[in-house]
Amino acid sequence: MAVGLRVGTDLVAIQDIATSIANFGDRYVRRIFTDAEIAYCQSGSAEEAPARFAARFAAKEATIKALRPNYHWSAWREIEVHRDPVGWCDLVLSGTAAELARDAGLTRFAVSLAHDSQYATAVVVAQGATYGDS
Amino acid sequence: METRNIAVNTTAAEIRAIVKQHGRLTTLVDDLADDSDLYQAGLTSHASVNLMLALEDRFEVEFPERMLRRGAFRTVDVIRSAIQELTEGAA
Repeated sequence: MAVGLRVGTDLVAIQDIATSIANFGDRYVRRIFTDAEIAYCQSGSAEEAPARFAARFAAKEATIKALRPNYHWSAWREIEVHRDPVGWCDLVLSGTAAELARDAGLTRFAVSLAHDSQYATAVVVAQGATYGDS
Repeated sequence: METRNIAVNTTAAEIRAIVKQHGRLTTLVDDLADDSDLYQAGLTSHASVNLMLALEDRFEVEFPERMLRRGAFRTVDVIRSAIQELTEGAA
């Protein structure tokens, strides 16, 4: 089935993430984010970490919106934001998230993250294999 | 049986209290049935994570990876079943 393009977006209040980290600490972080995501988010100043986590949470939620699951939901850590040394980000899907993408015929994903002092946002575009084929 | 019903009702009441504190619903928790969809009532994905962690603290359980999904916290009934499964498994 040709699925064309799908898009997902999400907006996260950075303070909500900071509050969750304050309330639940490492348990909160490790239930949602991969080791690589945690390492990057905690590599800057303490003030930067909640914004970085918030942007990645937004990316995970935006990805779920693009995947459009019905009954089988992916776990948070199955959607990873991979950041290259220059700073550009890509998505790496595994487990149920990868299965959902495969079942939907989605073969390529692109993600963009942004944040200011209060909010973080992410946009995910997913492309089907047949989109743009002549 | 009566003892079990009391325990079930107590758990539901405690779950509701935690939902009220961490769920940030747009609907009053007291107006919801045990099978009402919490996401329809305003539960966000992020609030569901806080809800999960608060439930873990209260009931001294740990939700496994397979339960760390949106559907695992859809209703009070579903949450209660999950906690029951985890606590019985630990017994």
